[in-house]
Amino acid sequence: MSVDLGLSADQEAIADLFGGFFTNESPTTVARAAEPFGFDAELWAKVIELGAPGMGSAVEHGGGGASLSDLVVVAEAFGRAIAPIPLLEHLAAALVLTDADVVSGEAIATVAVRPADANGVWRLVPAGAVAAVVVGIDGDELVSVRSAAPMVSPRNHASAPLADRSAREGERTVLGTAADFAPVLDRWKVLTAAALVGVADAAMALGVQYVMEREQFGVPVGSFQAVQHGLADLPVMIDGGRLLTHKAAWAIDSGDAGINDWRLNDITDGSTLASMAYVFTTDGAALATDRSLHYHGGYGFSEEYDIQLYYRRARGWSLVLDDPSVECLNLADRLFGARGA
Amino acid sequence: MDFSLSPETLEFRQTIRDIVERTVTPDVIDRMHTSGTFASPELNAELGRLGFFERAVPGLGKGDPIELWVLFNELEKAGAPYDGPAVALMIAGVVNALGTDEQKARIMPSIISGESMVAMGYSEADYGSDVASIKTRAVKDGDEWVINGSKMWTTMAQAADWLILLTRTDLDLPKHKGLTMFLLPMDTPGITVEPVHTLGTEVTNATYFDDVRVGDEAVLGGVNSGWRTMTTVLAFERGVMGGSNAAVPLLRHFHDWAASMGLLDNDVVRERLARSVIDMQVAALLTQRSAWIAASGGMPGLEGSMTKVFAAEAYQRISKWCQQMAGPAGLLQFHEEGAAGEGFVEYDARHSPVVTIYGGTTEINRNNIAERHLGLPKSR
Repeated sequence: MSVDLGLSADQEAIADLFGGFFTNESPTTVARAAEPFGFDAELWAKVIELGAPGMGSAVEHGGGGASLSDLVVVAEAFGRAIAPIPLLEHLAAALVLTDADVVSGEAIATVAVRPADANGVWRLVPAGAVAAVVVGIDGDELVSVRSAAPMVSPRNHASAPLADRSAREGERTVLGTAADFAPVLDRWKVLTAAALVGVADAAMALGVQYVMEREQFGVPVGSFQAVQHGLADLPVMIDGGRLLTHKAAWAIDSGDAGINDWRLNDITDGSTLASMAYVFTTDGAALATDRSLHYHGGYGFSEEYDIQLYYRRARGWSLVLDDPSVECLNLADRLFGARGA
Repeated sequence: MDFSLSPETLEFRQTIRDIVERTVTPDVIDRMHTSGTFASPELNAELGRLGFFERAVPGLGKGDPIELWVLFNELEKAGAPYDGPAVALMIAGVVNALGTDEQKARIMPSIISGESMVAMGYSEADYGSDVASIKTRAVKDGDEWVINGSKMWTTMAQAADWLILLTRTDLDLPKHKGLTMFLLPMDTPGITVEPVHTLGTEVTNATYFDDVRVGDEAVLGGVNSGWRTMTTVLAFERGVMGGSNAAVPLLRHFHDWAASMGLLDNDVVRERLARSVIDMQVAALLTQRSAWIAASGGMPGLEGSMTKVFAAEAYQRISKWCQQMAGPAGLLQFHEEGAAGEGFVEYDARHSPVVTIYGGTTEINRNNIAERHLGLPKSR
């Protein structure tokens, strides 16, 4: 055990496999074609063939037994392609589900990231429009509810298949107490953070490519220092976000009770790091898509160019939980103790 | 990825924490701020005595960049004065990499024992970011070099035993090619040091050279190879030796003061503190990455630029937030009754402007990132 900040050989292979898969099977034309609903059933069928939905499930349940660190590599490739499938939600929910059709991916599962309201309704559940099984908190309980996917979604910023789902109607199974949801939500935050790193990285690449092609005053606009410096802020947000996300996954995979010593900046607690990674990468993805869209000039505002697809998802994938500032307040409770403590 | 420190590194870290607790007392910190000399001879001597400098010099002893990172990260987080040791180790690394056997034997012992500090003479009054254009001349006269000119921002020159000095030795070569680096004793006749007082209390200097005579033994890294020597130094500087967690002690000072004032129930304060902790964690990870790259045989120059831009701006943002959140108490200086964070809140607000300037401005670092990471054309 000692510091090694590179990907393992297995993870390099996973990065190659999924990077290649999404490049070939999910170019941005696929994301566009799936709008506004945001789900491509054929692409989901293809990831089932790859074994991706059950990758993180235990081997004894027919899964791949992959670590969260491995899934982070998948999630980044997924984010880079803005693939119109609910892979992250499914991988997070599968932590507490062992049903064979969930492990295989035939039944899509998702996570209600916010607790059900007083009427037992989970509002705007990510992938709620397409999932057969929803995992989330209802009162004091962690439950899974199996019911028919509505297959319809309110039109939204990210073209994501969001939908309200009932926590009471359908085949309802109590999985534990509300506190048992924490590891599922941590996993969702880490995978979302990784996907946002992918979004930011792809947005930066689009911006760099565009400023080298676009000429004004007889030279590429990318030769102007004002443009260069705006883009130069992005790699550090991407690399910093990737490191923080991997550290969160490493901490969660280790299974050790970590520490939260902010006074010496010594933080190895998985839940704390998951929260930090989520907040940081929402900022990184917002910045990268803002800057990249801006340096496209008027074309960045047109539907024709792909940067707008990334711009909308950077916000949509971030806000589906809540204002990241609210997550900062949760983080503050963890670090400094609750108010009045 | 594996973020765990080996048991041996953890033990090393604990030893450093113990030394810091023993030697960097509030009195020592106070003396730094009264004298303007940001160094602790007690700390340096103790680290030297235990062989930690020798062990940490890049390419020497154990030469483990992860340990080097841990050493400076711990000093920085504790609020200990680490600039002196950082410069000394950087120079020791360069002497080790480029120096002659005679230079190593003559210069290294006093540095790695923690006795001697080194001042850096690169910038001049008219040449900062464009340092390759410096005018200080070294001219060969028989067996000797005669140096004339002046340097700016020669921090620690008032206390240092050694000076590393960038000079122009050939006027006919292109600007990067006609430079030679010297490493000479500060007590060489002809050197005059004049203090330059700064906003951040620390005193730096202007240093003047009037017919300063040295022999070939003072040339470091070869005649007209000064730029290569320079880039070797900078690679160490922007790598792993502090400069990324400056807000960690400030956050402790501010948090404890805010708690005593009942400010910790304020959501704005809570959010900003949480975001500050995130930024310091990211800055530490970026620095750790540079250390890991160096440990894997690479040269983390570009990664150092990225870390520098992020960490410097994060520290500025956090020191601005802390001062604002403290209100008028954030205006009060050390030893004034009611000063927020015992005066550190005001101090950091004064000190932080320098970090986006020294050791390569954020603009120079953004140029590096744009050109070398993003592949954009050279823009100047």
